[in-house]
Amino acid sequence: MADVPLRILPRVVPETEFFWTGGAAGELRFLRCDDDGTYIHPPQPRCPKCLGKSLTPTAVSGRATVHTFTINHHPWIPGFDPPYAVAIVEIEEQPDVRLTTNIVNCPIDEVRIGLPVRVVFEQHDDTYIPLFEPDATRA
Amino acid sequence: MPDILERKAVISGAGQSDIGRRLMRDGLDLTLDACIAAIDDAGLTRDDIDGICTYPGPMDVPPGFSGAGATQVQDALRLNLNWHTGGLEMPGQLGSVINACAAVAAGYANHVLCFRSVFEGSAQARAGGGRAGVTSGGGGGGFRAGGFMQWTLPFGAPSAANWIGMMAQRHFHEFGTTREQLAQIALNARKNAEVNPNAIYREPMSMEDYFAARMITTPFCLYDCDVPADGANAVIVSRADSAPDLRKPPLHVEAIGSALRGRPSWDQWDDLTTMAARDAASMMWSRTDLEPSDVEVAELYDGFSFITVCWLEELGFCGKGEGGPFIEGGQRIARDGQLPLNTNGGQLSAGRMHGYGLLHECCVQLWGEAGERQVQRDGGRPPRVGVAGNGGGPIAGCMLLTTD
Repeated sequence: MADVPLRILPRVVPETEFFWTGGAAGELRFLRCDDDGTYIHPPQPRCPKCLGKSLTPTAVSGRATVHTFTINHHPWIPGFDPPYAVAIVEIEEQPDVRLTTNIVNCPIDEVRIGLPVRVVFEQHDDTYIPLFEPDATRA
Repeated sequence: MPDILERKAVISGAGQSDIGRRLMRDGLDLTLDACIAAIDDAGLTRDDIDGICTYPGPMDVPPGFSGAGATQVQDALRLNLNWHTGGLEMPGQLGSVINACAAVAAGYANHVLCFRSVFEGSAQARAGGGRAGVTSGGGGGGFRAGGFMQWTLPFGAPSAANWIGMMAQRHFHEFGTTREQLAQIALNARKNAEVNPNAIYREPMSMEDYFAARMITTPFCLYDCDVPADGANAVIVSRADSAPDLRKPPLHVEAIGSALRGRPSWDQWDDLTTMAARDAASMMWSRTDLEPSDVEVAELYDGFSFITVCWLEELGFCGKGEGGPFIEGGQRIARDGQLPLNTNGGQLSAGRMHGYGLLHECCVQLWGEAGERQVQRDGGRPPRVGVAGNGGGPIAGCMLLTTD
Protein backbone atom coordinates (compact mmCIF):
# COMPACT_ATOMS: atom_id res chain seq x y z
CA MET A 1 0.00 0.00 0.00
CA ALA A 2 2.19 2.78 -1.26
CA ASP A 3 -0.62 5.29 -1.34
CA VAL A 4 -3.10 5.99 1.41
CA PRO A 5 -6.15 3.88 0.57
CA LEU A 6 -9.70 5.12 0.57
CA ARG A 7 -10.75 3.63 3.87
CA ILE A 8 -14.33 3.15 4.92
CA LEU A 9 -14.30 4.89 8.28
CA PRO A 10 -15.83 3.84 11.56
CA ARG A 11 -18.76 5.69 13.06
CA VAL A 12 -17.42 7.52 16.11
CA VAL A 13 -19.85 7.32 19.04
CA PRO A 14 -19.27 8.20 22.71
CA GLU A 15 -18.52 4.57 23.57
CA THR A 16 -15.75 4.28 20.97
CA GLU A 17 -14.43 7.81 20.67
CA PHE A 18 -11.41 7.15 22.91
CA PHE A 19 -10.37 4.31 20.62
CA TRP A 20 -10.78 5.98 17.26
CA THR A 21 -9.27 9.32 18.31
CA GLY A 22 -6.45 8.08 20.58
CA GLY A 23 -4.04 8.36 17.69
CA ALA A 24 -4.24 12.17 17.90
CA ALA A 25 -2.13 11.78 21.04
CA GLY A 26 -0.20 8.86 19.57
CA GLU A 27 -1.99 6.49 21.92
CA LEU A 28 -3.60 3.11 21.34
CA ARG A 29 -6.24 2.93 24.04
CA PHE A 30 -8.47 0.23 25.41
CA LEU A 31 -11.00 0.22 28.19
CA ARG A 32 -9.42 -1.16 31.35
CA CYS A 33 -11.09 -2.29 34.56
CA ASP A 34 -10.02 -0.10 37.50
CA ASP A 35 -10.53 -3.01 39.88
CA ASP A 36 -8.76 -5.98 38.31
CA GLY A 37 -6.84 -4.45 35.40
CA THR A 38 -8.57 -6.41 32.64
CA TYR A 39 -8.45 -4.83 29.19
CA ILE A 40 -11.78 -4.96 27.36
CA HIS A 41 -12.31 -4.93 23.60
CA PRO A 42 -14.60 -4.12 21.88
CA PRO A 43 -15.86 -1.64 24.50
CA GLN A 44 -18.49 -3.00 26.87
CA PRO A 45 -20.18 -1.44 29.92
CA ARG A 46 -18.84 -3.92 32.46
CA CYS A 47 -15.63 -5.83 33.09
CA PRO A 48 -16.25 -9.38 31.80
CA LYS A 49 -14.14 -10.82 34.63
CA CYS A 50 -15.44 -9.05 37.77
CA LEU A 51 -18.53 -7.32 36.30
CA GLY A 52 -17.25 -4.04 37.69
CA LYS A 53 -18.48 -0.82 36.09
CA SER A 54 -15.45 1.30 36.76
CA LEU A 55 -13.67 1.25 33.42
CA THR A 56 -11.14 3.76 32.11
CA PRO A 57 -9.70 4.21 28.63
CA THR A 58 -6.03 3.40 29.10
CA ALA A 59 -3.08 3.75 26.74
CA VAL A 60 -1.10 0.59 26.02
CA SER A 61 2.43 0.30 24.66
CA GLY A 62 1.30 -0.19 21.07
CA ARG A 63 3.43 -3.30 20.86
CA ALA A 64 1.72 -6.36 19.44
CA THR A 65 2.33 -9.66 17.69
CA VAL A 66 0.79 -11.00 14.49
CA HIS A 67 -1.60 -13.79 15.53
CA THR A 68 -2.63 -14.56 11.97
CA PHE A 69 -2.96 -12.77 8.65
CA THR A 70 -4.18 -12.96 5.08
CA ILE A 71 -2.85 -11.30 1.96
CA ASN A 72 -5.94 -9.92 0.29
CA HIS A 73 -5.90 -9.96 -3.51
CA HIS A 74 -9.53 -9.17 -4.26
CA PRO A 75 -10.66 -5.60 -5.00
CA TRP A 76 -13.53 -5.40 -2.52
CA ILE A 77 -13.54 -1.65 -2.04
CA PRO A 78 -13.06 0.96 -4.78
CA GLY A 79 -9.91 2.91 -4.01
CA PHE A 80 -8.48 0.33 -1.62
CA ASP A 81 -6.24 -1.50 -4.03
CA PRO A 82 -4.87 -5.01 -3.48
CA PRO A 83 -2.68 -6.69 -2.63
CA TYR A 84 -2.50 -5.77 1.03
CA ALA A 85 -1.96 -7.53 4.32
CA VAL A 86 -4.85 -7.92 6.75
CA ALA A 87 -3.84 -9.28 10.14
CA ILE A 88 -5.20 -10.04 13.55
CA VAL A 89 -2.68 -8.82 16.12
CA GLU A 90 -2.64 -9.54 19.84
CA ILE A 91 -1.54 -6.72 22.12
CA GLU A 92 1.47 -7.19 24.36
CA GLU A 93 -0.37 -6.31 27.58
CA GLN A 94 -3.08 -8.95 27.17
CA PRO A 95 -2.87 -11.35 24.20
CA ASP A 96 -6.58 -12.16 24.16
CA VAL A 97 -7.24 -8.56 23.19
CA ARG A 98 -6.94 -8.58 19.43
CA LEU A 99 -7.34 -6.13 16.61
CA THR A 100 -8.02 -6.76 12.96
CA THR A 101 -5.71 -4.34 11.16
CA ASN A 102 -3.31 -3.88 8.27
CA ILE A 103 0.41 -4.58 8.40
CA VAL A 104 2.12 -1.62 6.72
CA ASN A 105 5.67 -0.55 5.89
CA CYS A 106 6.44 -4.20 5.23
CA PRO A 107 6.67 -6.22 1.99
CA ILE A 108 3.63 -8.50 1.92
CA ASP A 109 5.78 -11.60 1.55
CA GLU A 110 7.49 -10.78 4.85
CA VAL A 111 4.31 -10.78 6.91
CA ARG A 112 4.28 -13.85 9.14
CA ILE A 113 2.61 -15.21 12.23
CA GLY A 114 4.64 -14.20 15.27
CA LEU A 115 5.99 -11.02 13.66
CA PRO A 116 6.56 -8.33 16.33
CA VAL A 117 4.74 -5.16 15.31
CA ARG A 118 3.96 -1.73 16.71
CA VAL A 119 1.12 0.66 16.16
CA VAL A 120 1.15 3.55 13.70
CA PHE A 121 -1.85 5.75 13.04
CA GLU A 122 -3.32 6.95 9.79
CA GLN A 123 -5.55 9.98 10.17
CA HIS A 124 -8.77 10.26 8.20
CA ASP A 125 -10.95 13.17 9.22
CA ASP A 126 -11.77 12.77 12.90
CA THR A 127 -10.49 9.19 13.11
CA TYR A 128 -7.03 7.75 13.63
CA ILE A 129 -6.96 4.25 12.19
CA PRO A 130 -4.53 1.98 14.10
CA LEU A 131 -2.24 0.10 11.73
CA PHE A 132 0.82 -1.92 12.61
CA GLU A 133 4.36 -2.02 11.20
CA PRO A 134 7.27 -4.36 11.94
CA ASP A 135 8.90 -3.45 15.25
CA ALA A 136 12.62 -3.41 14.45
CA THR A 137 13.48 -3.16 18.13
CA ARG A 138 12.00 -6.61 18.75
CA ALA A 139 12.95 -8.31 15.47
CA MET B 1 -27.93 -37.70 30.18
CA PRO B 2 -30.88 -35.26 30.15
CA ASP B 3 -34.11 -36.02 28.34
CA ILE B 4 -33.29 -35.64 24.67
CA LEU B 5 -36.48 -33.93 23.63
CA GLU B 6 -35.41 -33.35 20.03
CA ARG B 7 -36.16 -37.07 19.60
CA LYS B 8 -39.82 -36.16 19.75
CA ALA B 9 -39.23 -34.49 16.38
CA VAL B 10 -38.70 -35.96 12.93
CA ILE B 11 -38.02 -34.56 9.50
CA SER B 12 -40.96 -35.61 7.38
CA GLY B 13 -40.29 -33.92 4.07
CA ALA B 14 -37.80 -31.81 2.14
CA GLY B 15 -38.14 -29.56 -0.88
CA GLN B 16 -35.94 -27.47 -3.13
CA SER B 17 -36.62 -24.80 -5.71
CA ASP B 18 -34.71 -24.33 -8.93
CA ILE B 19 -31.14 -23.34 -8.14
CA GLY B 20 -29.07 -21.10 -10.34
CA ARG B 21 -26.37 -18.51 -10.45
CA ARG B 22 -28.77 -15.77 -11.54
CA LEU B 23 -32.36 -16.90 -12.01
CA MET B 24 -33.67 -13.32 -11.90
CA ARG B 25 -36.73 -14.49 -10.00
CA ASP B 26 -38.41 -13.10 -6.95
CA GLY B 27 -37.17 -14.41 -3.60
CA LEU B 28 -40.62 -15.23 -2.30
CA ASP B 29 -41.41 -17.06 -5.54
CA LEU B 30 -38.42 -19.36 -5.05
CA THR B 31 -39.26 -19.78 -1.37
CA LEU B 32 -42.82 -20.91 -2.09
CA ASP B 33 -41.58 -23.47 -4.63
CA ALA B 34 -39.39 -25.07 -1.96
CA CYS B 35 -42.04 -24.89 0.76
CA ILE B 36 -44.79 -26.41 -1.37
CA ALA B 37 -42.41 -29.15 -2.52
CA ALA B 38 -41.49 -29.97 1.10
CA ILE B 39 -45.15 -30.12 2.21
CA ASP B 40 -45.94 -32.43 -0.72
CA ASP B 41 -42.88 -34.56 0.01
CA ALA B 42 -44.11 -35.15 3.55
CA GLY B 43 -47.51 -36.21 2.27
CA LEU B 44 -49.14 -33.26 4.00
CA THR B 45 -51.21 -30.32 2.82
CA ARG B 46 -50.84 -26.71 3.82
CA ASP B 47 -53.78 -27.18 6.18
CA ASP B 48 -51.52 -29.45 8.25
CA ILE B 49 -48.79 -26.83 8.67
CA ASP B 50 -49.23 -25.06 12.02
CA GLY B 51 -45.73 -23.73 12.56
CA ILE B 52 -43.06 -21.79 10.64
CA CYS B 53 -39.44 -21.16 11.45
CA THR B 54 -36.86 -19.53 9.25
CA TYR B 55 -33.41 -17.99 9.12
CA PRO B 56 -32.65 -15.08 8.96
CA GLY B 57 -36.06 -13.42 8.56
CA PRO B 58 -36.62 -10.48 6.25
CA MET B 59 -33.46 -8.51 5.45
CA ASP B 60 -32.73 -6.03 2.67
CA VAL B 61 -28.98 -5.94 3.23
CA PRO B 62 -26.86 -7.63 2.01
CA PRO B 63 -28.87 -7.74 -1.21
CA GLY B 64 -30.60 -11.06 -1.76
CA PHE B 65 -29.50 -12.52 1.59
CA SER B 66 -33.09 -13.33 2.52
CA GLY B 67 -35.70 -14.38 -0.02
CA ALA B 68 -38.63 -14.20 2.38
CA GLY B 69 -39.60 -13.95 6.03
CA ALA B 70 -41.89 -16.21 8.02
CA THR B 71 -44.94 -13.99 7.86
CA GLN B 72 -44.61 -13.46 4.11
CA VAL B 73 -44.85 -17.20 3.62
CA GLN B 74 -47.67 -17.47 6.16
CA ASP B 75 -49.58 -14.87 4.19
CA ALA B 76 -48.79 -16.23 0.73
CA LEU B 77 -49.90 -19.73 1.72
CA ARG B 78 -52.68 -18.44 4.04
CA LEU B 79 -51.45 -20.72 6.82
CA ASN B 80 -53.14 -21.06 10.19
CA LEU B 81 -50.22 -21.07 12.60
CA ASN B 82 -49.91 -21.88 16.27
CA TRP B 83 -46.24 -20.93 16.37
CA HIS B 84 -43.89 -18.89 14.21
CA THR B 85 -40.48 -17.34 14.48
CA GLY B 86 -37.52 -16.29 12.43
CA GLY B 87 -34.30 -14.47 13.02
CA LEU B 88 -30.59 -14.13 12.66
CA GLU B 89 -29.41 -14.67 16.23
CA MET B 90 -29.37 -18.43 16.51
CA PRO B 91 -26.92 -21.31 16.14
CA GLY B 92 -26.40 -20.89 12.44
CA GLN B 93 -28.93 -21.44 9.70
CA LEU B 94 -29.81 -24.81 11.24
CA GLY B 95 -30.87 -22.96 14.36
CA SER B 96 -34.24 -22.54 12.69
CA VAL B 97 -34.65 -26.31 12.39
CA ILE B 98 -33.38 -26.84 15.94
CA ASN B 99 -35.97 -24.35 17.19
CA ALA B 100 -38.66 -26.17 15.26
CA CYS B 101 -37.68 -29.43 16.99
CA ALA B 102 -38.11 -27.71 20.34
CA ALA B 103 -41.48 -26.28 19.30
CA VAL B 104 -42.73 -29.70 18.25
CA ALA B 105 -41.42 -31.30 21.46
CA ALA B 106 -43.13 -28.59 23.50
CA GLY B 107 -46.42 -29.17 21.72
CA TYR B 108 -46.57 -25.70 20.19
CA ALA B 109 -47.01 -27.18 16.73
CA ASN B 110 -47.43 -30.49 14.94
CA HIS B 111 -45.81 -29.74 11.59
CA VAL B 112 -43.35 -26.87 11.27
CA LEU B 113 -42.30 -25.53 7.89
CA CYS B 114 -38.62 -24.52 8.02
CA PHE B 115 -36.99 -22.69 5.14
CA ARG B 116 -34.01 -20.67 3.96
CA SER B 117 -33.92 -18.87 0.65
CA VAL B 118 -31.48 -16.58 -1.09
CA PHE B 119 -31.32 -14.62 -4.32
CA GLU B 120 -27.89 -13.08 -3.88
CA GLY B 121 -26.84 -13.88 -7.42
CA SER B 122 -29.69 -11.95 -9.00
CA ALA B 123 -29.70 -9.18 -6.42
CA GLN B 124 -26.02 -8.45 -6.93
CA ALA B 125 -26.42 -8.54 -10.69
CA ARG B 126 -29.26 -6.03 -10.43
CA ALA B 127 -27.20 -3.80 -8.17
CA GLY B 128 -24.23 -4.07 -10.50
CA GLY B 129 -22.02 -4.70 -7.50
CA GLY B 130 -19.55 -7.33 -6.45
CA ARG B 131 -19.85 -10.01 -3.87
CA ALA B 132 -19.38 -7.94 -0.74
CA GLY B 133 -21.73 -5.25 -1.95
CA VAL B 134 -19.33 -2.60 -0.77
CA THR B 135 -19.88 0.27 -3.11
CA SER B 136 -19.08 3.37 -1.13
CA GLY B 137 -15.43 4.28 -0.75
CA GLY B 138 -13.91 5.92 2.27
CA GLY B 139 -12.68 9.38 2.84
CA GLY B 140 -14.86 11.89 4.53
CA GLY B 141 -18.30 11.50 3.05
CA GLY B 142 -21.03 8.98 3.18
CA PHE B 143 -21.25 5.63 4.83
CA ARG B 144 -19.55 4.88 8.11
CA ALA B 145 -19.26 1.45 9.67
CA GLY B 146 -20.74 0.48 13.02
CA GLY B 147 -21.18 -2.77 14.91
CA PHE B 148 -18.69 -5.50 14.15
CA MET B 149 -17.96 -4.09 10.71
CA GLN B 150 -16.26 -1.03 12.22
CA TRP B 151 -13.46 -3.36 13.30
CA THR B 152 -12.88 -4.81 9.82
CA LEU B 153 -14.14 -2.46 7.08
CA PRO B 154 -11.59 0.32 7.71
CA PHE B 155 -8.88 -2.26 7.05
CA GLY B 156 -10.20 -3.42 3.68
CA ALA B 157 -11.48 -6.67 5.16
CA PRO B 158 -15.20 -6.61 4.49
CA SER B 159 -15.64 -10.28 3.64
CA ALA B 160 -15.87 -13.48 5.63
CA ALA B 161 -13.31 -14.68 3.07
CA ASN B 162 -10.77 -12.43 4.83
CA TRP B 163 -11.81 -13.46 8.33
CA ILE B 164 -11.93 -17.18 7.64
CA GLY B 165 -8.81 -16.95 5.50
CA MET B 166 -7.02 -15.79 8.64
CA MET B 167 -8.41 -18.76 10.56
CA ALA B 168 -7.15 -21.09 7.85
CA GLN B 169 -3.73 -19.39 7.89
CA ARG B 170 -3.50 -19.97 11.63
CA HIS B 171 -4.41 -23.64 11.09
CA PHE B 172 -1.72 -23.92 8.41
CA HIS B 173 0.76 -22.41 10.89
CA GLU B 174 -0.12 -24.61 13.86
CA PHE B 175 -0.67 -27.91 12.09
CA GLY B 176 1.15 -27.74 8.76
CA THR B 177 -2.03 -27.88 6.70
CA THR B 178 -1.40 -27.17 3.01
CA ARG B 179 -3.26 -25.74 0.04
CA GLU B 180 -2.94 -29.12 -1.69
CA GLN B 181 -4.91 -30.63 1.17
CA LEU B 182 -7.46 -27.84 1.32
CA ALA B 183 -8.02 -28.25 -2.42
CA GLN B 184 -9.64 -31.62 -1.77
CA ILE B 185 -12.70 -29.92 -0.30
CA ALA B 186 -13.23 -28.08 -3.58
CA LEU B 187 -12.29 -31.03 -5.81
CA ASN B 188 -14.53 -33.45 -3.89
CA ALA B 189 -17.42 -31.01 -4.12
CA ARG B 190 -16.98 -30.63 -7.85
CA LYS B 191 -16.77 -34.37 -8.38
CA ASN B 192 -20.11 -34.77 -6.59
CA ALA B 193 -21.66 -31.86 -8.46
CA GLU B 194 -20.82 -33.54 -11.76
CA VAL B 195 -23.58 -36.07 -11.03
CA ASN B 196 -26.05 -33.64 -9.44
CA PRO B 197 -28.35 -32.23 -12.13
CA ASN B 198 -29.32 -29.33 -9.85
CA ALA B 199 -25.75 -28.21 -9.18
CA ILE B 200 -24.53 -24.94 -10.66
CA TYR B 201 -20.90 -25.84 -11.45
CA ARG B 202 -20.60 -29.31 -13.02
CA GLU B 203 -17.52 -29.11 -15.25
CA PRO B 204 -14.71 -31.39 -14.02
CA MET B 205 -12.02 -29.64 -11.98
CA SER B 206 -8.42 -30.77 -11.55
CA MET B 207 -5.73 -29.89 -9.03
CA GLU B 208 -4.13 -27.88 -11.86
CA ASP B 209 -7.33 -25.92 -12.33
CA TYR B 210 -7.40 -25.23 -8.61
CA PHE B 211 -3.87 -23.89 -8.52
CA ALA B 212 -4.42 -21.85 -11.68
CA ALA B 213 -7.33 -19.97 -10.13
CA ARG B 214 -6.79 -16.42 -8.95
CA MET B 215 -6.16 -15.78 -5.29
CA ILE B 216 -8.92 -14.10 -3.34
CA THR B 217 -7.31 -13.79 0.06
CA THR B 218 -4.58 -16.18 1.16
CA PRO B 219 -4.75 -19.10 1.51
CA PHE B 220 -8.04 -19.03 -0.44
CA CYS B 221 -8.25 -19.01 -4.19
CA LEU B 222 -11.48 -18.60 -6.13
CA TYR B 223 -12.41 -22.26 -5.74
CA ASP B 224 -12.19 -22.13 -1.94
CA CYS B 225 -15.07 -19.64 -1.89
CA ASP B 226 -18.73 -20.28 -2.59
CA VAL B 227 -20.53 -18.09 -5.10
CA PRO B 228 -23.70 -16.04 -4.62
CA ALA B 229 -26.65 -17.87 -6.09
CA ASP B 230 -30.42 -18.08 -6.10
CA GLY B 231 -32.54 -20.82 -4.61
CA ALA B 232 -34.58 -22.03 -1.68
CA ASN B 233 -34.74 -25.13 0.49
CA ALA B 234 -37.35 -26.22 2.98
CA VAL B 235 -37.89 -29.10 5.39
CA ILE B 236 -40.89 -30.09 7.49
CA VAL B 237 -40.27 -30.85 11.16
CA SER B 238 -43.10 -32.99 12.53
CA ARG B 239 -44.07 -34.69 15.77
CA ALA B 240 -42.54 -38.16 15.87
CA ASP B 241 -45.94 -39.67 16.65
CA SER B 242 -47.39 -38.24 13.44
CA ALA B 243 -45.53 -40.85 11.38
CA PRO B 244 -48.69 -42.77 10.38
CA ASP B 245 -49.96 -39.62 8.60
CA LEU B 246 -46.82 -39.18 6.56
CA ARG B 247 -46.00 -40.29 3.05
CA LYS B 248 -42.70 -41.94 3.89
CA PRO B 249 -40.68 -43.03 6.91
CA PRO B 250 -39.47 -39.83 8.55
CA LEU B 251 -35.91 -39.12 9.61
CA HIS B 252 -35.28 -39.14 13.33
CA VAL B 253 -33.54 -36.27 15.02
CA GLU B 254 -31.01 -38.10 17.17
CA ALA B 255 -29.32 -35.03 18.65
CA ILE B 256 -28.75 -31.35 18.02
CA GLY B 257 -25.81 -29.08 18.82
CA SER B 258 -26.44 -25.40 19.49
CA ALA B 259 -23.78 -24.41 22.05
CA LEU B 260 -21.87 -21.12 22.03
CA ARG B 261 -19.12 -20.95 24.64
CA GLY B 262 -16.53 -18.65 23.07
CA ARG B 263 -16.81 -14.95 22.29
CA PRO B 264 -19.25 -14.32 19.42
CA SER B 265 -16.69 -12.56 17.27
CA TRP B 266 -14.71 -13.32 14.13
CA ASP B 267 -11.46 -12.01 15.62
CA GLN B 268 -11.86 -12.32 19.42
CA TRP B 269 -12.88 -16.03 19.34
CA ASP B 270 -10.35 -17.75 21.61
CA ASP B 271 -9.02 -20.46 19.28
CA LEU B 272 -9.54 -19.38 15.70
CA THR B 273 -8.72 -22.87 14.41
CA THR B 274 -11.80 -24.37 16.06
CA MET B 275 -14.58 -21.91 15.25
CA ALA B 276 -17.90 -22.35 17.05
CA ALA B 277 -18.14 -25.81 15.49
CA ARG B 278 -16.18 -26.88 18.57
CA ASP B 279 -19.04 -26.02 20.92
CA ALA B 280 -21.94 -27.19 18.78
CA ALA B 281 -20.26 -30.54 18.03
CA SER B 282 -19.35 -31.12 21.65
CA MET B 283 -22.94 -30.55 22.72
CA MET B 284 -24.34 -32.77 19.99
CA TRP B 285 -22.17 -35.75 20.92
CA SER B 286 -23.08 -35.28 24.59
CA ARG B 287 -26.71 -36.00 23.68
CA THR B 288 -26.30 -39.35 21.93
CA ASP B 289 -24.71 -42.75 22.33
CA LEU B 290 -23.77 -42.72 18.66
CA GLU B 291 -20.19 -41.91 17.76
CA PRO B 292 -18.43 -40.30 14.83
CA SER B 293 -17.66 -43.74 13.41
CA ASP B 294 -21.41 -44.41 13.09
CA VAL B 295 -21.88 -41.51 10.65
CA GLU B 296 -22.28 -42.64 7.04
CA VAL B 297 -22.77 -39.31 5.30
CA ALA B 298 -21.62 -35.81 6.32
CA GLU B 299 -22.93 -32.54 4.91
CA LEU B 300 -20.70 -29.85 6.38
CA TYR B 301 -20.78 -26.15 5.68
CA ASP B 302 -18.41 -25.05 2.94
CA GLY B 303 -19.01 -21.36 2.43
CA PHE B 304 -15.22 -21.46 2.44
CA SER B 305 -13.30 -24.71 2.12
CA PHE B 306 -11.55 -24.37 5.46
CA ILE B 307 -14.83 -24.33 7.36
CA THR B 308 -15.43 -27.92 6.29
CA VAL B 309 -12.01 -28.98 7.53
CA CYS B 310 -12.82 -27.36 10.84
CA TRP B 311 -16.17 -29.20 11.09
CA LEU B 312 -14.46 -32.52 10.28
CA GLU B 313 -12.05 -32.01 13.16
CA GLU B 314 -14.51 -30.65 15.69
CA LEU B 315 -17.05 -33.40 14.97
CA GLY B 316 -14.30 -35.90 15.74
CA PHE B 317 -13.93 -37.55 12.33
CA CYS B 318 -10.21 -36.98 12.82
CA GLY B 319 -8.06 -35.50 15.54
CA LYS B 320 -7.54 -31.80 16.13
CA GLY B 321 -5.19 -30.48 13.50
CA GLU B 322 -5.43 -33.69 11.45
CA GLY B 323 -8.02 -32.40 8.99
CA GLY B 324 -5.40 -31.84 6.29
CA PRO B 325 -4.04 -35.40 6.31
CA PHE B 326 -7.62 -36.75 6.67
CA ILE B 327 -8.76 -35.22 3.39
CA GLU B 328 -5.45 -35.59 1.55
CA GLY B 329 -5.92 -37.39 -1.73
CA GLY B 330 -9.69 -37.16 -1.36
CA GLN B 331 -10.41 -40.90 -1.02
CA ARG B 332 -11.79 -40.82 2.52
CA ILE B 333 -14.36 -38.13 1.71
CA ALA B 334 -15.44 -39.47 -1.68
CA ARG B 335 -18.95 -40.89 -2.14
CA ASP B 336 -17.52 -44.40 -1.90
CA GLY B 337 -15.10 -43.49 0.87
CA GLN B 338 -15.11 -43.85 4.63
CA LEU B 339 -17.03 -40.58 5.13
CA PRO B 340 -18.91 -39.34 2.06
CA LEU B 341 -18.83 -35.54 2.29
CA ASN B 342 -20.93 -32.80 0.71
CA THR B 343 -22.40 -35.26 -1.71
CA ASN B 344 -24.46 -32.75 -3.72
CA GLY B 345 -21.42 -30.62 -4.50
CA GLY B 346 -21.72 -28.50 -1.40
CA GLN B 347 -22.04 -24.78 -1.63
CA LEU B 348 -18.76 -24.58 -3.52
CA SER B 349 -20.16 -26.32 -6.60
CA ALA B 350 -23.89 -26.90 -6.11
CA GLY B 351 -24.58 -23.30 -5.08
CA ARG B 352 -24.57 -21.12 -2.01
CA MET B 353 -27.84 -22.22 -0.40
CA HIS B 354 -26.46 -21.02 2.94
CA GLY B 355 -26.57 -24.23 4.91
CA TYR B 356 -30.02 -25.51 4.04
CA GLY B 357 -28.81 -27.05 0.80
CA LEU B 358 -26.57 -29.31 2.85
CA LEU B 359 -29.41 -30.24 5.19
CA HIS B 360 -31.63 -30.99 2.20
CA GLU B 361 -28.91 -33.22 0.79
CA CYS B 362 -28.49 -35.03 4.10
CA CYS B 363 -32.20 -35.87 4.10
CA VAL B 364 -32.24 -36.94 0.46
CA GLN B 365 -29.25 -39.24 1.02
CA LEU B 366 -30.81 -40.89 4.08
CA TRP B 367 -34.05 -41.44 2.15
CA GLY B 368 -32.10 -43.03 -0.69
CA GLU B 369 -33.44 -40.49 -3.18
CA ALA B 370 -30.16 -39.01 -4.44
CA GLY B 371 -30.13 -40.72 -7.82
CA GLU B 372 -26.75 -41.00 -9.50
CA ARG B 373 -24.97 -39.44 -6.54
CA GLN B 374 -26.60 -41.74 -3.97
CA VAL B 375 -24.20 -42.98 -1.31
CA GLN B 376 -24.32 -46.77 -1.07
CA ARG B 377 -23.13 -48.48 2.08
CA ASP B 378 -22.48 -52.18 2.57
CA GLY B 379 -22.87 -52.78 -1.12
CA GLY B 380 -26.13 -51.03 -1.82
CA ARG B 381 -28.17 -49.59 1.02
CA PRO B 382 -28.52 -45.85 1.70
CA PRO B 383 -26.71 -44.38 4.70
CA ARG B 384 -28.49 -44.73 8.04
CA VAL B 385 -26.83 -41.95 10.01
CA GLY B 386 -26.08 -38.49 8.67
CA VAL B 387 -24.80 -35.27 10.12
CA ALA B 388 -25.39 -31.72 8.92
CA GLY B 389 -23.27 -28.86 10.23
CA ASN B 390 -23.93 -25.22 9.44
CA GLY B 391 -22.09 -22.00 10.00
CA GLY B 392 -18.53 -20.76 10.26
CA GLY B 393 -16.49 -18.53 12.53
CA PRO B 394 -18.45 -17.77 15.70
CA ILE B 395 -21.67 -19.25 14.28
CA ALA B 396 -22.45 -22.98 14.38
CA GLY B 397 -25.28 -25.48 14.69
CA CYS B 398 -25.44 -29.16 13.85
CA MET B 399 -27.85 -32.07 13.74
CA LEU B 400 -27.48 -35.83 13.75
CA LEU B 401 -30.20 -37.59 11.75
CA THR B 402 -30.98 -41.31 11.54
CA THR B 403 -33.30 -43.50 9.51
CA ASP B 404 -34.44 -45.52 12.51
